[in-house]
Amino acid sequence: MTKTDKSERRFTNIIFISGLSIIVLLLAIFSTLLIASIPSIKTFGIGFFISKHWDPSLEKFGALPFLYGTLITSIIALFISIPFSISISIFLGEFFREGFISNFLRSSTEVLAGIPSVIYGLWGLFLLMPITRFIQTSLGTTPYGVGIFTASLILAIMIIPFSASIGREVISLIPADLKEAAYSLGATRFEVIKNIIIPYARSGIIAGILLAFGRAIGETMAVTMLIGNSNFLPKSIFSPANTMASVIANEFAESTGITASSLIYIGLVLFLVTMFVNIAGTYIIKKISLEASKEVT
Amino acid sequence: MNTAENIAENIEDTNMHKIIPFPSPLRIHEDKTLRNNSPVGYRIFKDKLFKCLVIILSILSFLPLLLVLFHITKNGISVINWGFLTELPLPIGEKGGGVFNSIIGSLILIILSSIISIPLGISAGIYLAEKNKGRIANIINLCIVVLQGTPSIVIGIITYIWVVAPLGGFSALSGGIALSIMMLPVIIKSTEETLKLIPYHLKEASLALGVPYYKTILKVILPTGLSGILTGILLSVARITGETAPLLFTAFGNQFLNYNILKPIDSLPYRIFYYAMSPYPEWHTFAWGASFILVMIVLSFNLIARGISAKWKVQF
Repeated sequence: MTKTDKSERRFTNIIFISGLSIIVLLLAIFSTLLIASIPSIKTFGIGFFISKHWDPSLEKFGALPFLYGTLITSIIALFISIPFSISISIFLGEFFREGFISNFLRSSTEVLAGIPSVIYGLWGLFLLMPITRFIQTSLGTTPYGVGIFTASLILAIMIIPFSASIGREVISLIPADLKEAAYSLGATRFEVIKNIIIPYARSGIIAGILLAFGRAIGETMAVTMLIGNSNFLPKSIFSPANTMASVIANEFAESTGITASSLIYIGLVLFLVTMFVNIAGTYIIKKISLEASKEVT
Repeated sequence: MNTAENIAENIEDTNMHKIIPFPSPLRIHEDKTLRNNSPVGYRIFKDKLFKCLVIILSILSFLPLLLVLFHITKNGISVINWGFLTELPLPIGEKGGGVFNSIIGSLILIILSSIISIPLGISAGIYLAEKNKGRIANIINLCIVVLQGTPSIVIGIITYIWVVAPLGGFSALSGGIALSIMMLPVIIKSTEETLKLIPYHLKEASLALGVPYYKTILKVILPTGLSGILTGILLSVARITGETAPLLFTAFGNQFLNYNILKPIDSLPYRIFYYAMSPYPEWHTFAWGASFILVMIVLSFNLIARGISAKWKVQF
């Protein structure tokens, strides 16, 4: 075996091992979470997600308030963001496909999507909180300022650029001959969008929403700063609550024993849910782009 | 093709036969009062209305993003001065002080995580670009998707269990490891995509000259795709510079200047979080100042990455 052959083999081995290490990393993450949460799984079992009492001093743990808080903030955020993100994707994918406006808006959304979440949290703390407080005083409820509503607002603002960029990509994949056929029949642009673009891009838009949902449930800092950190089941849309991510952020550093294990159990659930959502969303988008590339050729 | 038939039916429904093929100017003038009631006019009206709605909603959704930038600049720029950049934080009540330790801490964390993730990320990217048909490559791709979507707080927990607990305390090293896990997927993906764009004849030419395979990759393919790889690295650095959640229980934060990577270290996003959640108005203004610095750093990383990819784009 010559020297070159040895180097050759070494190189192939190195790239193979580093590729493999990604799989090992993910498996290690999963198994670590699973092993560390076993004490909590054994003690509380499935009832962990039904019980609504989270009390570290009595060592009784139930994750229902956090599950509920996560779902409700993410769903409200999605509902707020959907009309906006769909209109941006139509705006950039159909009305202004090229040219200065489109380029400017596209790159500014991408750059603004890079603003760290702690800064959105700070902004929300000093600008959204007074607004919520004003709404609450005019409604006559206790003016907490922080709570589910404020957290959902900031989440919606944060996920709009993300789902809009996916929507834009999917809309620009639609074959031009379909649209042109409709135009040649005398359809207006609105009718083309309603009858061609939306039905054709539906699954892609849904995938974008799914991925945005995955983002929203995992989002930690901005939500932690704005949700009010209450471990009780929230009573109204304005009351303070906690999400799965925010309870970990707040309590993990000081916790030991069964408390830490319960928090890791929450982390495991968070990991599995985002994993499922991301795989499903990516799979749908990959399928769409494959179909689109087939139709072009 | 179903959709095209559908639309034809829909248009028939909306009284297609009433469209006048070649209306004379006179005719239009006559009909002017009737036009808004006619189906075609209504359809055009709906079209215009929809366009307005889309434009208004799009502009509305840009508003908060621009407002964030505006407020950070407005509130942040007045705090920034030489002392803010070069002094350590002072206890509450004393005037002055700065965030020097956080800037240095963020820098150390970025360097640490880059050292760990860049070599691993690039070589895994090469593997995916070269052997992209196999089953293992598919599994790796799936893992990257999952890793990219993993909430940052979960990565914080993992690093706590893996590094902080065995070492017996919070440390800069653990923060660097947490951030490097977040950098990996971005670097791998950008390396893979860049290398796949490089035409095959470049590789064939090199191999035909008798250059061994590994030298072809390292000396021909990799330098050609350098700009794309560099862009990916810069984007991933921009992503982790603002990450707070994985640092909460790894690098933790430190009021003092620290160069020891086995001790807790401060970082800009952590300092912003700490100051923002404090009850003191002086610290709130400090949070705005630190935010301004952080946004400037993140945006300049993004812009440099864009500049690199625009200027040295792989073109053939």
